[in-house]
Amino acid sequence: MNAKEVRQLFPILAQEVNGKPLVYLDSAATSQKPLPVIEALEKYYREYNSNVHRGVHTLGTKATDAYEGAREKVRKFINAKSTQEIIFTRGTTTALNMVAASYGRANLREGDEIVITYMEHHSNIIPWQQVAKQTGATLKYIPLQADGSISLTDVEQTVTPNTKIVSVMQVSNVLGAINPIKQIAEIAHRNGAVMVVDAAQSAPHMKLDVQNLDCDFLAFSGHKMCAPTGIGVLYGKRALLEQMEPVEFGGEMIDFVGLYESTWKELPWKFEGGTPIIAGAIGLGAAIDFLEEIGLDNIAAHEHKLAQYALEQLSAIEGLTIYGPKQRAGLVTFNLDDVHPHDVATVLDAEGIAVRAGHHCAQPLMKWLNVTATARASFYLYNTEEDIDRLVVALKKTKEYFSHVF
Amino acid sequence: MSFNNPLDTLYRQVIMDHYKNPRNRGVLDDENVEINMNNPTCGDRVHLTMKVEDGKIVDAKFEGEGCSISMSSASMMTQAIKGKTIEEALMLSQIFSDMMRGKAYDDSVDLGDIEALQGVSKFPARIKCATLAWKAMEKGLHSQQ
Repeated sequence: MNAKEVRQLFPILAQEVNGKPLVYLDSAATSQKPLPVIEALEKYYREYNSNVHRGVHTLGTKATDAYEGAREKVRKFINAKSTQEIIFTRGTTTALNMVAASYGRANLREGDEIVITYMEHHSNIIPWQQVAKQTGATLKYIPLQADGSISLTDVEQTVTPNTKIVSVMQVSNVLGAINPIKQIAEIAHRNGAVMVVDAAQSAPHMKLDVQNLDCDFLAFSGHKMCAPTGIGVLYGKRALLEQMEPVEFGGEMIDFVGLYESTWKELPWKFEGGTPIIAGAIGLGAAIDFLEEIGLDNIAAHEHKLAQYALEQLSAIEGLTIYGPKQRAGLVTFNLDDVHPHDVATVLDAEGIAVRAGHHCAQPLMKWLNVTATARASFYLYNTEEDIDRLVVALKKTKEYFSHVF
Repeated sequence: MSFNNPLDTLYRQVIMDHYKNPRNRGVLDDENVEINMNNPTCGDRVHLTMKVEDGKIVDAKFEGEGCSISMSSASMMTQAIKGKTIEEALMLSQIFSDMMRGKAYDDSVDLGDIEALQGVSKFPARIKCATLAWKAMEKGLHSQQ
C-alpha cells in the first residue's frame, strides 16, 4: 500500500495546525475518516434516512437493508459464523459493560474469579470491579513481564478452575504489546471460563478471526477504524448470547409486550433496544469496505514498519524513555527527561503534531510503570516515515526548549 | 533558542521558576482544611492543606504531581493567598478564573507572579492544568464559610 496515496482520501489531514502541516499521531485515541465513509454518511442522510425494522415505506426498507448489510460486513470482517452474533453497540465500553452486566451478573457467584491484566484500559477494568462487588466474585490480575508483555506461565498460574471470566485486551493502547489471545483463550476454556477480548486497538489494525481465536466475546469501536463515533460491536458466541438477558429494554427489541410480561426478539435484536445507531452502522460498513480494499495485512505490515522505524529513531534521542516491548503494534509511548508529557504535547502541538498525553485511561498500568503520565504517538494507515521524522525533530526541539527555559 | 513565540507566552520564566523551585511545597501538620483534587482526564493531582484562623488563611502548602503549568500555578496560588482573608482569596480566585477564560478582569489587585499565567488562556487545552489548585482552594474555603 502507498500511504501517501491513502492519505489523499483523508481531507482532514490536508490542513495546517499552528502554521505547520498537520501530523496526526493520535489514531489510537480516534482515527481520521476517509472520503468513502464521509460520503456514505452523507448519502444516508441526504437520500434514505429512515427508521429501520418498522413501517413499510421505501426509505425504511432501504435503511433496513443498509443497516443489516453493515452487520453482514462486520460478520465477514471478524469471521463470525452468523450475523446473529453481531450486536451493534455504542462502542467498546458499552459492549464490555453489556457482557459484565448481563453474562457476568447471571453467571458469577461468591468464590468465582474474574481474571484481567495490569495493562487493561479502564473500560475493561471497572465493569468487572462493579460486577465483582455485585456478585461477590473476586477480581484477579495477570502480572506483566519487565518489558510489559504477558507470559503464558503467569496466565496459567492466575487462571484457576474457579475462574469464570477471563478478559484481556488484544493490543495495549499504552505498551503496544500484542497479547497471545488464542493461547489465553485455550487456558481459559481448559479451566471452564469464558474468554472476553477487548479488540479496540486490534480490530482497526489487523485481520481478526473470532473462530480461530476461539474467543467467546469480542468488543471493538468503529471510531478507531475510520468509522464514525458512537458505533461499536459486541461479538458473542450464539449459544452464550441466546441464554443472556438484554441489558436495555424498550422499543425495537421486543417480540410481544403485555401488561406485566414481555418477550424479546431473537438475536441479535434483543440486545438493540431503541432506535439503533443506523448512520453509525452504515458508516462502519463503509469503513470496513475501505479497510478491506487496502487489505488488513497490508495495513498491519505498514504499521509494523512505522513502529520499528519510530522505535529506532526515538531511541536515538537522549533522555527519552520508551515503554513496552520491542514487538509491538503501531504506537510508541514515551517520556522525555523531566519534561511533563503535557508540556511535551503542547510544544509538539505548536509544531503541528498531535500526540496524546496523560494516563491513557490506564491508571493501574501507569502505577505499574511508576509514572503519572506519558506521551504517546500512534500510527495508522495514513502515516508515513516523514511524520515520524517530523516528530523526532520536534522532540529534539522540545528538549532544547525546556533545557533553555529551565 | 528560536522557537515559536506563542510558546514563550505560555512558558514564561516566572512559571518555570515556580515549577523548578515550588514555594510552599509540602503538607502542613497543623492544618484545618485539607483538599485532594485530581484532574481525571490527565492525571494531575493536588493535595492542598491550609490553616484558616478567624477567617484568615494563616498558612498554606501543596503537594502534587503534574505538568509545569499545574504545579507552578499551585505554587503561585499558595504564595498569593497566605495572609489573605477568605473573601480576598475567593475574589482572587474569581480574578484568576476570568483571566483564564480570557475575560476582562479586575486589574486593581496586584497579582504579582500570577500575572505570568495569563498566557495560558491562549492554550485552551491547558486551562484546566492552571485552575486545578485554585479549584481545590475554593472548595476548601467554601467548606469554612
